[in-house]
Order: sequence, then structure tokens, then C-alpha cells
Amino acid sequence: MEWFDNGWGLSLVVFLPLVGALALLAVPKDEEDTAKWVALLTASASLFFAIVAAFRFDYGDAGTFQLGTVKEWIPAIGSNFEIGIDGISLPLLVLSTAIVVLSIVYSWDHWPEPHNPKGFLILILFLATGMAGTFVALDLVLFFVMFELVLLPMYFMIGIWGDKTKMKLPGFNHEVETRLYASIKFFLFTLFGSAFMLLGFLALNFRGGTFSIPELTALGANGAFTGTFAFLVFGALFLGFAVKVPMWPFHTWLPDAHTAAPTVGSVLLAAILLKLGSYGFIRISIPILPNEARDWAPAIAILAVIAIIYGSLACLAQKDMKRLIAFSSVGHMGFVMLGIATLTPVGITAAVIGMVAHGVITGMLFFLAGSMQHRYHTREMARLGGNLKLMPVLGGIFGFTAMASLGLPGLAGFWGEFMALLGSYEPLAGLSLGVFRTAMVVGAIGTVLTAGYLLWMLQRVNLGEPSEEWANHEFHDADRFELVAWVPMLVSILAIGIYPKIITGPANDAVKAMIETAF
Amino acid sequence: MLDYHALAPDLIIAGTVLAVLGADLFLPQERKWWSAVIGIFGLTLALIPIFTLAVDDSSLRSMFGGSYVIDDFALVLKTFFIITGYVVLLMSVSYIESDRYYQGEYYFLVLASLLGGMVMASSRDLITLFVGLELVSGPAFLLAGWRKGDAKSNEAALKFFIIGVLSAAILLYGMSLVYGMTGGLTFEEIRAGSVTVSDEPVFVLGILLVLVGFGFKMSAVPFHFWAPDTYEGAPTPVTAYLSVGSKAAGFVGVLLVSYLAFAESPEIWGPALWILAVLSMVVGNLVALRQENLVRLLAYSSIAHAGFMLVPFAAASLLDSGDLEKAFAATLSYILIYGMMNLGAFAVIIAGARRVGSGQLRDWAGLGSYAPGLGVLLTLFFFSLAGIPPLAGWFAKFVMFQAVLQDANGWTVALAAIAAVNAVIALYYYAKVVKGVWMDPVPDSVNPKGVPGRVAPSLGLALGILAFGVILAGVYPSVIAEFTEAASFLAGG
Repeated sequence: MEWFDNGWGLSLVVFLPLVGALALLAVPKDEEDTAKWVALLTASASLFFAIVAAFRFDYGDAGTFQLGTVKEWIPAIGSNFEIGIDGISLPLLVLSTAIVVLSIVYSWDHWPEPHNPKGFLILILFLATGMAGTFVALDLVLFFVMFELVLLPMYFMIGIWGDKTKMKLPGFNHEVETRLYASIKFFLFTLFGSAFMLLGFLALNFRGGTFSIPELTALGANGAFTGTFAFLVFGALFLGFAVKVPMWPFHTWLPDAHTAAPTVGSVLLAAILLKLGSYGFIRISIPILPNEARDWAPAIAILAVIAIIYGSLACLAQKDMKRLIAFSSVGHMGFVMLGIATLTPVGITAAVIGMVAHGVITGMLFFLAGSMQHRYHTREMARLGGNLKLMPVLGGIFGFTAMASLGLPGLAGFWGEFMALLGSYEPLAGLSLGVFRTAMVVGAIGTVLTAGYLLWMLQRVNLGEPSEEWANHEFHDADRFELVAWVPMLVSILAIGIYPKIITGPANDAVKAMIETAF
Repeated sequence: MLDYHALAPDLIIAGTVLAVLGADLFLPQERKWWSAVIGIFGLTLALIPIFTLAVDDSSLRSMFGGSYVIDDFALVLKTFFIITGYVVLLMSVSYIESDRYYQGEYYFLVLASLLGGMVMASSRDLITLFVGLELVSGPAFLLAGWRKGDAKSNEAALKFFIIGVLSAAILLYGMSLVYGMTGGLTFEEIRAGSVTVSDEPVFVLGILLVLVGFGFKMSAVPFHFWAPDTYEGAPTPVTAYLSVGSKAAGFVGVLLVSYLAFAESPEIWGPALWILAVLSMVVGNLVALRQENLVRLLAYSSIAHAGFMLVPFAAASLLDSGDLEKAFAATLSYILIYGMMNLGAFAVIIAGARRVGSGQLRDWAGLGSYAPGLGVLLTLFFFSLAGIPPLAGWFAKFVMFQAVLQDANGWTVALAAIAAVNAVIALYYYAKVVKGVWMDPVPDSVNPKGVPGRVAPSLGLALGILAFGVILAGVYPSVIAEFTEAASFLAGG
């Protein structure tokens, strides 16, 4: 297995989906079954190798990068193909590869219109490579390329298969289809952020002389980056990552994109793409620019709690179920960012487990919202009701997932919120206690609001008697493809909830090592 | 004894030019496309001495008293012009054949213009540079007016001609001032002579006039106004050539004079190019947003790209301790990558216009649904122009930003920020085209079944080469960076 540990394993995880996508190009359009199997097999192989990586991973040494390699890539600019994983990226890598497989399984029988499984699968596989690549990249240029690689597939996914209802543009008189507006908005926002992120990366390269994240981390810990320079660089990186997370007030692309995207697109967006931003903070901004992180932390914490409260209140104002779930992401990512802002092992570990939990739970909620829309042909909560009676299995799963999302102890959502609040009680020495303890209190109020809107959603959609519109309608309950896709997610929600150490174990060691080096 | 080995590439192309013209006399009408075959054969032949010169150890060969040299820079650019020539010939065959006249002369003119670019790459004095530049432009005037019956084509040629002559006059006047002040014609002499006169207003005026002259060739704002009309009116393969070959020739000129002849006075050309860069990016991109015609859209986008290519120059002069070679290599990489992706975009437009029957954006809607292959290629080239990884355009933008930020001060940071914002604006109009192709319904005016589906084999080959290049250079940019790094030694001296 030596070849596996020398970077080949991780390379397979990252590039197998890409190979699958290229193979799909050669598959004739009408041979849908072949296309599906090629996609499923390559994605599953990628997941398999990610799991093997999890077993080969040395958990006693979770703070150092493992299973990686450094190969010459673009010597002219000093960039290498440098990859590796530690306790922080490992859970995210497994999560992203798993969600891709489950998305393909779910799609098996649920293709969005216009019907074109081949094109859709190619985009999913491209996304898979970009997402996994971002989590293993240890070179800023490689990170940038992978970070951007997810843009195009998601743009097409929203723009071609997205919501076709007309909407009125704010400030304009004419109407456009939602998918067109949402896709370009998503693209422009993200590209705006990443253009500045790239400037930040280049600036780090000139001061540090390298693109390697581990080397820059070591330099950063020794105080190589200070003053106005560091302030500007942190600001540039902040723009890039904050748009992706998204933090308030850069979040406005999110509700549009999530709502307009086809089901699988929303799932991948919520489950993985948002994590690329918060992962960037943990992997790049904080360890390389620790002093700036300390200066910016109160501001990040304040923006995070604004996001928590704002997201929750916005949820309470939604009529559309999918849009409600989209706004709930703003709030949940607020908890992740609050955890990161504390700069403590507890807080950042909270962020990691919060990211994984949000990925599984919100991904699941979007699956459910998609399946319900498929049956009711509407997402308007006022028209729904009594879902539990009409479809007991699907309704039950919906209730369970919503409970997980509101942070019920014993389910995955609890740990991220709880630990983030715990962390902000005692942030890193030197950070303003006043700000963080206020943030803790406000965040705690946010958990109540979160419970409020999720229960409100359940009450309107799931409980009560079916309205006259649906009462005599025959619905088919969750089918086998849906169940195959969902059961692993439900099991992991429960597993993480009961035994969070599967995530926090490796993550905590890595975070501790990182914080010790940085501060 | 002349160094015929060093001159071989240019001589072979010159011979090919004559062979094409001669062959045209004897070829029957239906076999005129043989001229293109002869041209392609000549271009291939010219690559052989380039290769042997490249592997030869004595990398610098200087002739005619240092006026004409073969070094890594010259070799890289000669190769670039030859490959551009290949692709343009491949793109032209089916297009020109359908017009049925003066095919032989067409290929003659394209090759003659290419020869001008190759001469420029080797030129190291003002006169050779000027002769090379005019050899690029002269045939291009004729090519722009190729569609004689078309008023727009006539307008294109006339505008291009008048502006071209004007810019040549300005350029020559500037050169004469520089010669008068420094007493030298070769770049080395000018550089040596400029030390004592660098504060003289006349010398400053000379430099600025030279820049203005090249500014027209590069179609940098505010010297760009001919470009959109000329690009729209000229036959599309010619437009592709103008936007790549002719523009690259302008940049070769600016690279040579700025980094060699005026190397002692970057404080003069630096700020001037800073302004040109910012204006070109901003104006080019903002006007491109409103374009409804694909060729005009690409015309403005190519103006914006000229701005991006100027950014490293502008930065070079403002750097306190940064190294010029990086800036030089950045511009050169940008030119090479831009050449590939812009030729690709035009090749797609040629192929698509046959299918759609128009160059209007609204008629291209839904192309992806009935010609998915073309749709994918269009997406590839347009998003590469936008600079989205992993397509080649990202590396061009990357090295540009790298060159600017290597030594940060207020001016360079501002330039980088403006460039970053412009990169985002540019995405909008590239994405608008792609959106139309994939996400909008086919308009009633277009009948997808009514036109022949197949792309001409030569055009298909050109598309294949360019698509491969764009992906390869995006995934493994060393294929570009190795060469530009080698060529950037020029800026070091």
C-alpha cells in the first residue's frame, strides 16, 4: 500500500471522477444506463479510496499532513502539485465524496428537466473533482484552481436545470426566468470574491517566497507577515472566503442559487460548496495570518451572529419551503463562523463538526424538499400540510432531519452549535470577552429562533390534516432510490449525534496543533 | 558570409510567399485551395530550422551589426506566428473557397503578413522593426477589404488603412525624434545614448509618439476606435488574424522598444502605459457588455485583453525592486495564451455562423441543443477568455497579477484591484454568450434542421488543435511558462 500513501491514493480520490466525466463524453447520449453506471462506478471508486484513506490515516498524528506528495507542476511560478490531508480535511473529504455518490443514486430516477442525464452527470463529476481537490490541495495555486473548478459546473447546473418560473428583477421592469438570474448571480459573486483571493495568494507568495500552505503556515507562525501588508492580504482572502461561506452581508446570492438549483445542485451547494469557504478560513487565513486573524476575529464574530439572527428571521418570513431551507444555511454557517472566530480548539473543532453536520443535514433537507416538490409540484408551505399522513416514511424522515437541523441533542446538528457557543464563552486569550460573550448570548437566542422556524415549517408542512387539495390524492411514498440515497445520511446524522468523536477526534488534534503553532 | 541557418525560417516563409503567388497562376479555379496546402507545407518546413536553432547551444546569433538577431525571444515569437498562420490558414480554406475569388492572393497576403511578424521578432533596430510592422499591416489592409461586394468590408478596409497609415506616420515621427536625440538606430545604441538625454522634452515626446503608434496596432484605448468596425466588416478569418497576429505584432514592438531601447527611462513609458492599460480594460469591458453582435463583442473583449497585457508593463516601471523579467514573461505568456483562445473563439464563430446564419447573439440562442459539440467548444474558449480555471486563460491572468504584485505599492495595488474588478466584469459578457447558447430557447428565425451540420474538416482540425492547446496550457501551464521564461532574458540586460 506504499503507493497509496505516496499521494496516489488521494490523487485517485480527486481525479477518478474527472476520468469518469471524460469517459462519459464518449458515451452516446441515448445510452443512459451506461452513462449512469460509468458515473456511479467512478464516483464510488473515489469514495472507496477516500474511505481507504480514512483507514490508512494515522490518527495519532492527525495534526500533520499525511498520505500526500509534492510533485513539480508549474516551476516557472514556483507552484507544485502538493496534496495531503490532516484531521480537518479528512472528514470533509469523505463527506464530499460520499455526497456525490448519494447524489448520483438519488438522480437515478429523478432527472430534472430538460432530460439530459449524460450532461448532468458530467457536471456532477466535475464538481466532485473540484470539491475533493480543494480539500486535499496544499498549494495555493492548486487550491485556487480547484476552488474555481466548481464554478462552471454549478453555473450550468443552475442555469440549465434550474427553476423556470419567471421572476421580476429588483429594479427592472422585465421578467426573467429565475434560473438565469440565480446562476449568473452565483457566478459573479463567487468570481468577485475569488479574484481578490487570488491577489491575496500572490501577495503571500511574494512575501513568503512559496505557494506551499505548510511552508507559509510555518512562516506565518514566525511572524513573517505583519502590518498593512498582512491586513490587506487578510482582507483579500476574507472577501474570497466570506462570499463562498457566505457570511452576512455577502449572502444574497445564496437564497437565489439554492432555491433555483435542481435538487442535486442544491444538495451539493449546501453540503459541500459552502464548506469550501469556511475551510479556506481554517486552512489558509488563520494559520498563515494569525495576528490578523486575531484582529479580525471580533468583526467576524459580530458578522457571524448577525448572520445567525438574520438567517433565522428571514426563515420566518419565507413562504417557499426550499427558500426557507436556503436561508437556514445562512444561520447555520453563522455558527460555523462564530466557532472559527473564537480561534480556540473548541471553537474551530465546533466549526469542523458543524460543517460536516450541516453538510449532511441540510443536504438531506434539500433532498426532501426536492422529493416533495416532485410530488406536490409546489413548494409553497401554505398549500402543503399533513405530509406525515400522506407519506408516512417521507414525512417521518423530514421530521427527523428537521429535528437534527434545529440542534436536538443526540443528533448531529447539536454539537456544532453547542460547541461554538461554548467556545465563544472563553475565546483565545487577548480577544475581547465582552464581544464574544455577547455573541454567545445572541447566538443562544439564535438557537431558539432556529428551533422556532424549523418547528413552524414542520407544523405547516408535516403535521395537521391534509388540505382539501391533496386529501384524496394518491402519493407514492419514498421510493427505493431515494431510500438508498438517504439512509446513509440519516445513519450518519444519528452516528455523529451519538458519538461525535468520529469527527471531533481527528479534527481536535489537528486544530490543537494548528492553534499551538499559530498563537 | 551570412548566417543562413539563422535566417532560414524567414527565408523559407519568404520562399513560400512567392511559391503561393506563382502557383496561383497555374492552378485551375477548383484547385485553388492547393495554395493553402503549399502555405501549410511552407510553415511546417520553417519550423525545422526553428527547432534546430532552439536546440543549438550558441543561442544568440547576431547579424547585420546587431540589427537582426536570433535568440530565445525571437524563436518563441516566430513559432507563435507560424502556429497562428497554420490555424488561420485552416480556418480560411472553407470560408474563402465559398467566395470563389482571388484565393491564391489571399494566402499570399496572409503569409506575407506573417513574415512581417517574424521579421519583427528578430529586429533589434528601429528601421527593421518598422519595416516588419509595415509588412504585417500592408497585406492586412487588403485582407480586411476582401469581400469586395460588401460595403461593410470596404468600410473596414478603409478605416483600417487610414488609421494604419496615420499610426505609421506617428510612429515614424517618434522614431525620428528618438534617433535624433540619441544618435542610434539599434536598441543598444539608443539605450546607451538615452542616458544623457532622458530628461529632454523632445526625447520624452519621441517615446510617447512611438507608444501612440504602437497603441493603434495594439488597439489600446484611446487608439482603439477602428477595431470594432474593422473586425466586424472584415471576413471572419481575417478578423481572427487581426485580433491575434496583428495585435501580437504591436505588442512585440512595444516589448522590444520598452524593455530594450527605452530601458533607461521606464519612468516615461511606465505611467503612460499604466493609463493605457486602465483605460483599455475599463472601456473595452464596459462597452463589450452592451454588444449584441458576437464579432463586435470579441472586438471589445480583445481591446480589454490588450489592457490586461499592458498591465505588467505598467507595473514594471513602478516597481522599486521587482524584477523586469517577470513582467516581460507575464506579457509574453498572456499574448501566447490569448492568441490560442481568441483564435479558438473566432473559429467557433466561423463554424457557428454557417449553422446559425448570423453573428447576432440572439440568433445563437439554443445552439447547444442542436449543435452540442460547437456549444462545448464555444464554452471552452469563452470561459478561457474569462480566465476560469482549469482553462488556459487563468494562467494568463495569474502571471499578470503576479507581475503586478511582486513589489506592492499604491500604484501597483490599485492597478491589480482595477484588473481584478475588470476580470469579473468581463465574465458577465462571456457568460452571457454561453448562457444564450445553452440556456435560451432556439429563436423562431433559426431553423436548426435547415442547414448542413458538418463543420469543414480543416476548420474542425483548427478547432481541435486550439481546444487541446487551451486545455493543456490550463492544466499544465509549464508548456507556456517554460518558453516565456526563457525568452524573458531580454528584459534582464
